[in-house]
Amino acid sequence: MKTLVWVEHDGNSVKDATLSAVTAASKLGDVHLLLVGQDVQGVAQEAAGIFGVDKVHMADDAAYAHQLVENVAPLVVQLMASHDAFVAPATTGGKAIAPRVAALLDVMQISDILSVEAQDTFTRPIYAGNAIATVRSSDVKKVVTVRTTAFEKAPREGGSGAVEAVPTSGDKGLSSFIGQEIAASNRPELTSARVIVAGGRALGSGEKFAELIEPLADRLGAGVGASRAAVDAGYVPNDSQVGQTGKIVAPEVYVAVGISGAIQHLAGMKDSKIIVAINKDEDAPIFQVADLGLVGDLFEIVPELTRKL
Amino acid sequence: MKMLVPIKRVLDYNVKPRIKADGAGVELTNVKMSMNPFDEIAVEEAIRLKEKGLATEVVVVSVGEVKAQETLRTALAMGADRAILVTSDRKVEPLGVAKVLRAIVDEEQPQLVILGKQAIDDDNSQTGQMLAGLLGWGQATSASHVELAGDCVTVTREIDGGLETDRYCLPAIITADLRLNEPRYASLPNIMKAKSKPLAQRSADDFGLDLSPRLETLRVVEPPARASGVKVADVDELVMKLHAMGVAK
Repeated sequence: MKTLVWVEHDGNSVKDATLSAVTAASKLGDVHLLLVGQDVQGVAQEAAGIFGVDKVHMADDAAYAHQLVENVAPLVVQLMASHDAFVAPATTGGKAIAPRVAALLDVMQISDILSVEAQDTFTRPIYAGNAIATVRSSDVKKVVTVRTTAFEKAPREGGSGAVEAVPTSGDKGLSSFIGQEIAASNRPELTSARVIVAGGRALGSGEKFAELIEPLADRLGAGVGASRAAVDAGYVPNDSQVGQTGKIVAPEVYVAVGISGAIQHLAGMKDSKIIVAINKDEDAPIFQVADLGLVGDLFEIVPELTRKL
Repeated sequence: MKMLVPIKRVLDYNVKPRIKADGAGVELTNVKMSMNPFDEIAVEEAIRLKEKGLATEVVVVSVGEVKAQETLRTALAMGADRAILVTSDRKVEPLGVAKVLRAIVDEEQPQLVILGKQAIDDDNSQTGQMLAGLLGWGQATSASHVELAGDCVTVTREIDGGLETDRYCLPAIITADLRLNEPRYASLPNIMKAKSKPLAQRSADDFGLDLSPRLETLRVVEPPARASGVKVADVDELVMKLHAMGVAK
């Protein structure tokens, strides 16, 4: 089987999510990458060096500068004539492009796979990860998105794929890029952070969230996450949201502060290696998954913890 | 300008899913069912655009079992103008739903289709993008802000590292994310009024489309349970344990 893996990149380098997708794809067959962007020769060279990559299809064109899916999807469909599976990481980018491609190929996509059981059989979470379904696809071509925390990252070195420029299909004129606001932060990105400190609604306000969570995160070199309730309440932007409808994370250490542990939140973090929970309600569901729990007032505990660590 | 809002009836957000004893799926009999929360946001956005005078009609549509009528009535009570129910006895996958929706778009000719970004049962997050692909329209996924002006819609979208704003020519697809708006509750008078709003019922078989499922669910199981850990007495003990685990030095 020949796979085509969607490369997630920021114009300068390949993102970690791609590496997990490569590992998933290698369980299906040969790994070809599709790199789409403008002035991405450097990224293409980097991508070609990823362990296990046979080929990099590089589509370098002004129409792809912002990877607008309306322009990119026809290109993927064209390349899928000579590939058997399209594999994308389940990032916001991957989740936007893959179903559009699937529909154009008349294929039912398998979203967010956790494992490859056979060339046509996969496991995937449903109901916020409260159930794991094993599904078999009868489509000739496969379109899958990959839960990145479920697959090891392929090594960035050791591959010697060839880079091949592919003819581009131009601007379809359906959409245009206006701008981006990427949160400037020295903190590690949530999906690749080794440690995450996450806050919930119990913090009470955006000010308190910043005052308590950030110093602790600084002390631990951690990324900052939040429950949906904290995002809903406006304490932090949505890109910090961890859970079913936010980011899925699996860091070495996850510190949940004032998060009760609704199933939708647990869905996003319960695969973390060590979970630490601080909550005033000793019956909070978060304690059922926590390796270390401390019951008490977070407004006293967190500053003390930050000081003593 | 007409807007179409596809909605799905799902296990209520607050109900913990229970897996059937035979592993065939999740138990859906005798449990509370509701409108998918992201679809509520989509309905709300469409109604607001109409209230601002930017749209003339909000049509809601659902593909599913007959009971999805209740969900459509909820949308009508929120303020949608009329509803279409496409019934099917068996489960229709997102690809099939997208095909039915394309047929409805062909009939109704809406300028905007607003959907939830994801249904919280199967967590597929596919239907909007698939419909956009089939129609050859632009797709603004995970919208947190929508501005409609002339024959364009400018949408701010939630992306992994922050926000992105893109402009789309109409007709277009929008999928609603969490922060787009806060859906209203239907008032009692509006719930009463919704009972007399038009709700057309049709059968999925009548569309002459291939809706056969492509995925077979072999089994559904509980996720591996995580052993619960220990409670520590105070911060000092927590710090000691964290140090012992090598978390902070």
